[in-house]
Amino acid sequence: MGKDTVSVVRQACKKFDHEGSRILDILREVQKRLACVSGETMDLLAAELSTHRIEIEGLVSFYSFFSENRKGKIIIRLCDDIIDRFAGIERVAKVFSEELGIGIGETSSDWNFSLEFTPCIGMSDQAPAALINETVVTKLTPESAGVIARSLKKNLDTSALVKKKGDGNNADRLVNAMVENNIRKKGEVLLGDNVRAEAGLRKALKKKPEEVIQEVLDSGLRGRGGAGFSTGLKWSLARKAKDARRFVICNADEGEPGTFKDRVLLTERADLIFEGMTIAAYAIGGTSGIVYLRAEYEYLLPYLERVLARRRKAGLLGKNIGGEKGFAFDIRIQLGGGAYICGEESALISSCEGLRGEPKTRPPFPVERGFLGHPTIVNNVETFCCAARILDGGPRWFAAMGTAKSSGTKLLSVSGDCAKPGIYEVPFGIRVADVLDMAGADDPTIVQVGGASGEMLNRGSFYRKICFEDLSTGGSFMTFNSSRNMLKIVDYFLEFFIHESCGYCTPCRVGNVFLRERIQKIMEGYAVKADLDYLKDLSRTIMMTSRCGLGNTSPRPVLSSIDQFPVVYASLLGEGGEGLEAGFSIQKALEESRRIAKRSSMIYDPVYGGSSD
Amino acid sequence: MKKRLATVSLAGCFGCHMSFLDIDERILDLMKLVQFDRSPLNDFKKFKKRCDIGLIEGGCCNEENVHTLREFRKNCDVLVAIGQCAIMGGLPVMRNAIMHAEDPLRECLDTAYLNSPTVFNASNDIPNDPALPLLLDKVYTCAEVVKVDYQIPGCPPSGDTFWLAMTFLLKGTAADLPYELIKYD
Amino acid sequence: MTRFMEEAAIESMAEKVGDIMRNAFVFNIDGVGVKGKDGQTIMDAADQAGIYIPRLCDVEGLEPQGSCRVCTVKVNGRPAAACTQPAAEGIEVENETLEIFNWRRDLIRMLFHEGNHLCPICEASGRCELQAMAYRLGIFQPAKYPYLQPVRPIDASHPDIMLDTNRCIRCGRCIRASKDIDGKNVFGYVGRGMHKRVGVNGKNLAQTNVHLDDRAIALETCPVGCIIRKGLGFFTPIGQREFDRAPIGSTIEKAVLKRGKK
Repeated sequence: MGKDTVSVVRQACKKFDHEGSRILDILREVQKRLACVSGETMDLLAAELSTHRIEIEGLVSFYSFFSENRKGKIIIRLCDDIIDRFAGIERVAKVFSEELGIGIGETSSDWNFSLEFTPCIGMSDQAPAALINETVVTKLTPESAGVIARSLKKNLDTSALVKKKGDGNNADRLVNAMVENNIRKKGEVLLGDNVRAEAGLRKALKKKPEEVIQEVLDSGLRGRGGAGFSTGLKWSLARKAKDARRFVICNADEGEPGTFKDRVLLTERADLIFEGMTIAAYAIGGTSGIVYLRAEYEYLLPYLERVLARRRKAGLLGKNIGGEKGFAFDIRIQLGGGAYICGEESALISSCEGLRGEPKTRPPFPVERGFLGHPTIVNNVETFCCAARILDGGPRWFAAMGTAKSSGTKLLSVSGDCAKPGIYEVPFGIRVADVLDMAGADDPTIVQVGGASGEMLNRGSFYRKICFEDLSTGGSFMTFNSSRNMLKIVDYFLEFFIHESCGYCTPCRVGNVFLRERIQKIMEGYAVKADLDYLKDLSRTIMMTSRCGLGNTSPRPVLSSIDQFPVVYASLLGEGGEGLEAGFSIQKALEESRRIAKRSSMIYDPVYGGSSD
Repeated sequence: MKKRLATVSLAGCFGCHMSFLDIDERILDLMKLVQFDRSPLNDFKKFKKRCDIGLIEGGCCNEENVHTLREFRKNCDVLVAIGQCAIMGGLPVMRNAIMHAEDPLRECLDTAYLNSPTVFNASNDIPNDPALPLLLDKVYTCAEVVKVDYQIPGCPPSGDTFWLAMTFLLKGTAADLPYELIKYD
Repeated sequence: MTRFMEEAAIESMAEKVGDIMRNAFVFNIDGVGVKGKDGQTIMDAADQAGIYIPRLCDVEGLEPQGSCRVCTVKVNGRPAAACTQPAAEGIEVENETLEIFNWRRDLIRMLFHEGNHLCPICEASGRCELQAMAYRLGIFQPAKYPYLQPVRPIDASHPDIMLDTNRCIRCGRCIRASKDIDGKNVFGYVGRGMHKRVGVNGKNLAQTNVHLDDRAIALETCPVGCIIRKGLGFFTPIGQREFDRAPIGSTIEKAVLKRGKK
């Protein structure tokens, strides 16, 4: 073990005050400097932090961004989302692979490069995209991939990759990204030019906390992450819980495939987010706040930190906020480690506490006992923005938009086969067909609303509305044209869930694997009609017995595709003649044996007069 | 008319067949109701007629197993997997643990015939007579190769289990084993 | 203590007695009235009433974690894990319905098909809770699911104990026993999803401070044959093993077991 390792570990632990709940940050630091968290490093960390090696190993093996095996100085993570797949990420991967001389999942022998696939990085509107360390590269082509690979080989410098900066704050010195906002439609609440800085907070501080909650209740605001729980109710429950400390957590772990609206809010509306969190803190009696930022958005971290620093200076965070005596609140940013499940609120809390990102047992609910056992509200980025705007514009103004049970506007992240992918701020209740028109989708055949766990729609269902009463979505809206293979989409979603299941409970850990096995059997043409009943039956068991939202919804692409595209399935299903299992191929099963024995089959090779089935 | 019954042992140890005979003198009662067709018990190696019931012991580890199993499926109305080997591969399935090795079949043969501590093989030959059926790439359960109607668990199922299962099969209803007779070992 | 204070103290004691009375309530499991107390889970109350709810990851003496989901019941129509769900006044719990019975069979099958459970050669056969649960739920029909046949690590480094994670069902009983009872952290979860497994606090088991007297490696802790004592296999003759004698759960059931088929 090098002295280097020891000092890196010590420095990292010191930087975060040997705080157990900051262990994710410590691991990130160690991973960056040593390119891995090896067994020896785990021993050191365990000693330094007075914990156990197994706890550290549990974390390193849980989060995708940490690894026990040494990685390259530069890690290229290609976005392997379905949108990126259809946009040609495979061709891009091939170029990287050839240029760098390593396959997917491999690290070069000079320890300079690692090449990996990663689930959706939140750039579906500019696919195919990749993360090169923290730097985002978008709209990749085989040509641009070649240029990038060669440039990296020459100087190992990721900062040189951003040639043309994106719009808005993407061009900020601290963001410095080629990412485009692609804001296609501004609405009244979030992206319009009428957003007045700190107006909501100022008005809130003039009211009693209970009145603030009442305003949020009156507005009918529901969680923008997709589940749609009443925000006002959540806040009032947290306020009622007896405790001296309460926490406000912002869920910026935008991991749902095809969602990227939080990225745009974080880039363009950072102040509004923090303002909303501050209002929430005032309302519930919150003492500290955390923004849980997904690891893929690390490029936004320096910028967000600067915004926070500016707010502290301006008296909008810290003690006596806005001149309100005794109102103290501050926010820190917690980076994730690459795990979709951390978007689930109790898993997110686990992760903030420095644990494996596994959902917690409920009850107790986070509003009663959340972060470190204290009452905690977890709201989506967009929800906090809405809350701040409601305090400014008033609940009536907000509730006048949208539908009866879904007030306000919603940000949609539109991606896929359309002319204008990007962000659309629309009032709730908009029809799918209208979104498709706006986005310039000329041959929409399959629309997936709500991401991997959402609903798949055929043309006949485009009349349906986006709102909590009908199609609820955290913002993901993917459109596919008639050239796309529907089953490939379903298969991708299942692959995604298998990869992202935390593995805590049986049905989600195992059931999704079985679902995918059968979908693949269907794709290969080996399935029979009875397999549809099998899929439905298995789906129901998974949905009803899983412990958290992931397993409760993961079979939905299977069920909704069976419902919406019965003909596609029917065309692939056989009758299962003579009771033989079509999935079994004797020829394939004998290949190896023939090679090793150097002879043919007495039974199955025609040479011997056998059948050739 | 008597029901026709066929039985076979594929990649198994014949233990299930031995256990079948543990129904003892009850076999006389059984014989009043069934006519044995293809079976090692009477040494008939080919089907004479279509059968009502086929009992399969063992899974598939070589091409002959697959061929025989398919013959059974073709010639039997109801196919029953008997014992853990037929149901989930049993002991032979342990070789699937090297399925992900670079050259799994080679490793399997080398381990069996050359490298095991208990092997004495002066000529270092691996049997490869043209009459030997080729091995499959891994061990398959019966249900992976053909449609299986029922299964009777056990290693082996006891004589009583066989007896009860036969009763149900002859009645033409799904077997319903009581707690005492469900065994996986 | 002044007279006044004494009175106050007695008063508060009396109040607490009242609490005990108040905290008792009644709810229904499959239509049968069951007594419960505040702080009890549905499982606790059911156990007391002699109603067995099938379970694998939950075991007497350890904090429940609700991971195997075999104890799934319906509470007022919504599925919940009985081992973690608090009992509450007036709730309607469904335990033995055909629907729930089928879920439990599916879950047990998933566990069987996910790992390598070769009962004929396993030391735990006959006292294995996974196997016993399959027996109790009457699983002998043709398998619906594919066998995944994973290749997971075997740790035979320790002179007296062996770990065959091919048989692990991730119930975490050894983890909780080590942490909460032995105060040791010998075991912990590593990996995620299908690759989630039980790891040990060191390079291998021999490097940990595991001791033969640890609750974590006691025979009753591991429900399957993952944690094995070397030199102690097959110590009970067939026919006399725990679940040869009586089905799992019979100790909890006061009534004679009626097979869970409806």
